[in-house]
Amino acid sequence: MATARDYLLSDALPHIWCPGCGHGTILGALLRAIARIDPPKDDVVMISGIGCAGRAPGYLDFNTLHTTHGRALAFATGVKLASPERRVIVITGDGDAAAIGGNHLIHAARRNIGVTTICFNNSVYGMTGGQYSPLTPLGAFATTAPYGQVEPAFDLCELARAAGASFVARGTAHHAVALTDLIYQALQNDGFSFVEAISQCPVSYGRRNKLGNAAQMLRWQRDNTVNVKAAAKMTPEQLQGKILTGVLHHAVRPEYARSYEQLVARLGAEREGKS
Amino acid sequence: MEPARLVQGNEACVQGAIAAGCRFFAGYPITPSTEVAELMAERLPRLGGKFIQMEDEIASMAAIIGASLCGAKAMTATSGPGFSLKQENIGFAAMCEVPCVVVNVQRAGPSTGGPTAPGQGDIMQARWGTHGDHPIVVLAPYSVRDTFDLTVAAFNCAEDLRVPTIVLLDEVIGHMRERVELPGQSEVRVVDRRRPDPSRTAPEDFVPYAHTPDLVPEMADFGSGYRHHITGLNHDERGRPFASPAEVDRLVRRLNGKMSLAAQRWGLFQEVATADAEVLVIAAGSPARSAKEAVRSARQAGIKAGLLILQTIWPFPAVKVADLASRARVVIVPELNLGQLVGEVERYACRGRGEPRVVSLTRVDTELFPPAQIYEALREVR
Repeated sequence: MATARDYLLSDALPHIWCPGCGHGTILGALLRAIARIDPPKDDVVMISGIGCAGRAPGYLDFNTLHTTHGRALAFATGVKLASPERRVIVITGDGDAAAIGGNHLIHAARRNIGVTTICFNNSVYGMTGGQYSPLTPLGAFATTAPYGQVEPAFDLCELARAAGASFVARGTAHHAVALTDLIYQALQNDGFSFVEAISQCPVSYGRRNKLGNAAQMLRWQRDNTVNVKAAAKMTPEQLQGKILTGVLHHAVRPEYARSYEQLVARLGAEREGKS
Repeated sequence: MEPARLVQGNEACVQGAIAAGCRFFAGYPITPSTEVAELMAERLPRLGGKFIQMEDEIASMAAIIGASLCGAKAMTATSGPGFSLKQENIGFAAMCEVPCVVVNVQRAGPSTGGPTAPGQGDIMQARWGTHGDHPIVVLAPYSVRDTFDLTVAAFNCAEDLRVPTIVLLDEVIGHMRERVELPGQSEVRVVDRRRPDPSRTAPEDFVPYAHTPDLVPEMADFGSGYRHHITGLNHDERGRPFASPAEVDRLVRRLNGKMSLAAQRWGLFQEVATADAEVLVIAAGSPARSAKEAVRSARQAGIKAGLLILQTIWPFPAVKVADLASRARVVIVPELNLGQLVGEVERYACRGRGEPRVVSLTRVDTELFPPAQIYEALREVR
């Protein structure tokens, strides 16, 4: 039985993440979910963009590719289409996925290409020191929102679902065991899977917004999220301001790379038939 | 040799790519390169290859890098505005040593410019479009047949050196149709990247960015057992982003050292009547066609004219230019821009024995050089 530890490169550690960062917890959940499936390491291609989350693949014993800012899904599309037999996983952040990479996200979802995407959402650009992202809540403070965020935030899960993702889920660093299970389900989905994993950034976001230390930010995650199953029994008033977690959407749709393989096979058969 | 056919430049590019082994294409529609994508969409799936129209130019560049890392020979095609958008990921390919071919069918610029009008304004962008010191090879065909040959060469060069290679067409060559005989598959020399051999290199001994004396480390496909990390960050020989200043220095110098290798192995040019040329025309792309005719007329008129056609523009063929220019009295450089190539000619033309006068002929009015215009220049300076 594989464990998360099997995938970590001890000589590539320690990681660069700040004390109290939720990214290690989310990476742990991802690795435990992979261990449950236990694929050959050679079959896994893990791709990331730029930012704090983007550094994760560098600590792992897979085929790992740390690309340019926002473009991980575009690189992943090339990998998956060229090698449909590989298990392709993208690690991205909220700025990487929702701002500079937003176009690639909606088109990867539309194609339903077989890529599992985990968005480490810490509500801020952490690597560059705390600028607002498209997922920074309205009114929150950031170095580039010194008077409070004026722009409304995306609901990235709604965006992915509307664009055509066949599996959409949201979890948090606080609910690490549940998150592992959500990522496991995402990895099992045959098509484009999107998991938003809410992380905490005490250094560049929490401090500026008086959210306390990492433990207090984790408690915030607990107190402000509701699982979709529980939400079904709650009133709109009770759900006011709450963030939904759990499997938000699951639909069966043809996976893009396989559809293209079928086209190749059909054209081959037509040619054989003619000759 | 295939029977003679009427072939468009963009089609010859596709034929050359497929003959060189291209089986993956990602692109985005843009005039005047769109025929390349259209033909790839039709032909690749019939050959077991893959075509995808990505959401933008940036994504197309990213996708071909991803496919190349899986072992596929991959290409994208674009024109000026799209070429600008691809630049960041072209730099990624240079840094991570990912073989790939980018076709840029140049149009008149700047900005949206003239989508169906010829231009050569991207000569400097092709070399220096992405940030940082980086290696890149740029080949510029001057005819339909040359487009086939140089597209094959571009794939071979990319595989040989692990550098992104640009096929710098211009709108005239891309859209021109001419009667050509293209070589059959058996006549095409195909180069493949060197991969680690499992019988010699165990996965734990594989060093993906080894600073080998030949400057080009072996490249392992994703899934072939040689798991390693690839990053656009400064990296050490193992691909890890923890390089010391000395290791970064070594990496950047090794990468750029590939330009010398490219000059030796992929420095391509053609000479017309240069042996005794006192007036030398140096040209690339469509102006070379007009120059060929002008030089022929000039010889008939008794002018000792010659022509150097640069097929490889980057690395700039400095040795050849210096040699021929040193024997000439005047060097004329016609180009469809305000003088990009001529600056390089001036850098090297005066390094030999003589000191030729360098004359820059430029056009940015979206029209071609008629042979008569170059002929007149030859007559004036005789």
